[in-house]
Amino acid sequence: MRQVYLDYSATTPVKNKVLEEMLPYFSENFGNPSSLYQIGFKSKDAITLARSRVAQLIGAEDKEIYFTSSGTEADNWAVIGTAKALKPKGNHIITSKIEHHALLHTCEYLEKEGYQVTYLNVDKKGMVSLEELERAITDRTILISIMFANNEVGTIQPIKEIAKIAKKHGVLFHTDGVQALGNLPIDVKELNVDMMSISAHKIYGPKGVGALYIRKGLTIPNLIHGGGQENKKRAGTENVPGIVGFGKAASLADENLASHIEKVRTLRDYFISQITTRIEDVVVNGDMEHRLPGNANLIFKYIEGEALLLYMDTKGIFASTGSACSSATFSPSHVLSAMGLPLEQVYSSIRFTVGDFTTKEDIDYAVDEIVEMVEKLRAFSPYNKDNVMNSAQSCNCQA
Amino acid sequence: MGMYNEKVMEHFTNPRNAGTMENPDAVGSYGSPVCGDMMEISLKIEDNVIVDAKFRTFGCGSAIASSSVATDMIKGKTLEEALALTNQNFVDELGGLPGAKIHCSVLSEQAIKLAIYNYAKEKGLVLEGLKDFDPNEEHDHE
Ligand SMILES: Cc1ncc(COP(=O)(O)O)c(C=O)c1O
Repeated sequence: MRQVYLDYSATTPVKNKVLEEMLPYFSENFGNPSSLYQIGFKSKDAITLARSRVAQLIGAEDKEIYFTSSGTEADNWAVIGTAKALKPKGNHIITSKIEHHALLHTCEYLEKEGYQVTYLNVDKKGMVSLEELERAITDRTILISIMFANNEVGTIQPIKEIAKIAKKHGVLFHTDGVQALGNLPIDVKELNVDMMSISAHKIYGPKGVGALYIRKGLTIPNLIHGGGQENKKRAGTENVPGIVGFGKAASLADENLASHIEKVRTLRDYFISQITTRIEDVVVNGDMEHRLPGNANLIFKYIEGEALLLYMDTKGIFASTGSACSSATFSPSHVLSAMGLPLEQVYSSIRFTVGDFTTKEDIDYAVDEIVEMVEKLRAFSPYNKDNVMNSAQSCNCQA
Repeated sequence: MGMYNEKVMEHFTNPRNAGTMENPDAVGSYGSPVCGDMMEISLKIEDNVIVDAKFRTFGCGSAIASSSVATDMIKGKTLEEALALTNQNFVDELGGLPGAKIHCSVLSEQAIKLAIYNYAKEKGLVLEGLKDFDPNEEHDHE
């Protein structure tokens, strides 16, 4: 069966050129980078090169890049580290309601530890308001953390303006750049951000490796304690093959940035136009202007997203949803809810993300199948144009 | 291996009794789009026997598969027999559902009971199986 992967925001396949560079570091070049002999030096040199490649992609200096085990760890480190370091100054953190759980759950953890967190609203398109942000700042505010680009709807925030506001009030600014990396030009110096989290597996590198950019001159306490790796800032023997892969993926992303953006945007726009012209009552979530080039998040009215995903899976089409049928373990997408989407439309939303290996033929196949599936599922839906779902109805189902 | 077994997938991709019918003798709907699933069931009833059943469902794969087996199972049954069926019977017939999805089959049980309740009320029937049934019962969603 044909397989069409439309979930590049979840993760990406490791590119062959990336894998090739990684492989020797599993076997012949297995040395510990801290060791004082040839194969150790080889590993150390490989990390040095990777660091400079990652730095290059975001306009940072090499020594401002600290490798971590994931984007999640980088988020934890930035937020918890800052909170601990600045406790004497204040206990207030500002973030948004649409952050990744890596950020949100870290903030919730800090709330239990006595910190106060303001979760900024977003508008219908998923944008934070600069005025609301500025109003939220108090003399107890120690950190602003707003994601660069959202993983569900792809909305890109005005990072430069947010950084300006943070500077004006003398507050540190961290941004979760995991989804933005490799999908738009990023220059941390021009943006003037203090910290940025990134991850390798969203840019055709391996899973389990990320990095935190920490602006030179800024010091935050360590999250992981132990050996002296990463300039004594992040302990643990380095994931050398992973870091090497991150480096190679970063240099490929840097080389191909313009063509990558053009390619995925064209395919994404083609996908959206095909779907919306061939299927009635499909609505695009988010903002078409300030949006990641590969992201399409669509409401298929009158049907439930998980049912459509399951159907797509039987035809080898892979996408994702933040929503699923109500279950004890389930909560509907916090992002779409924060954007003010009524719940029944949250349940009907699906995220498609295209990437470097997507072809027009993939899109044509997926669209043909989706058109048929939506028709089939709608045929026995109790809802339709004449009987629209009513969010005023109460929920009396059993969990 | 997917999330559901083959039988569930078979009922999901080829649901039996999907749609509506002309002049149903009884209709019941349960759930709401706000909780992510909603089922409407229509019945043809002759001499207290369900001779036909149709459903329309907004919901996930297990809600749709449950609707399909449930409508199949009640056909040919007396009203009392149909009332005696619980969501567990539907889950068993499907060869099991993942734990978090079991409750999706409750939708079918409740919609069937509601349809029969509406019918009994209209016809003035007293049914043993409805003794403890409260159509306005609010199930907790959390
Ligand atoms: C916006 C965002 N932040 C953080 C993460 C977590 O990154 P990682 O998977 O490397 O832990 C992800 C990926 O799922 C993400 O999309």
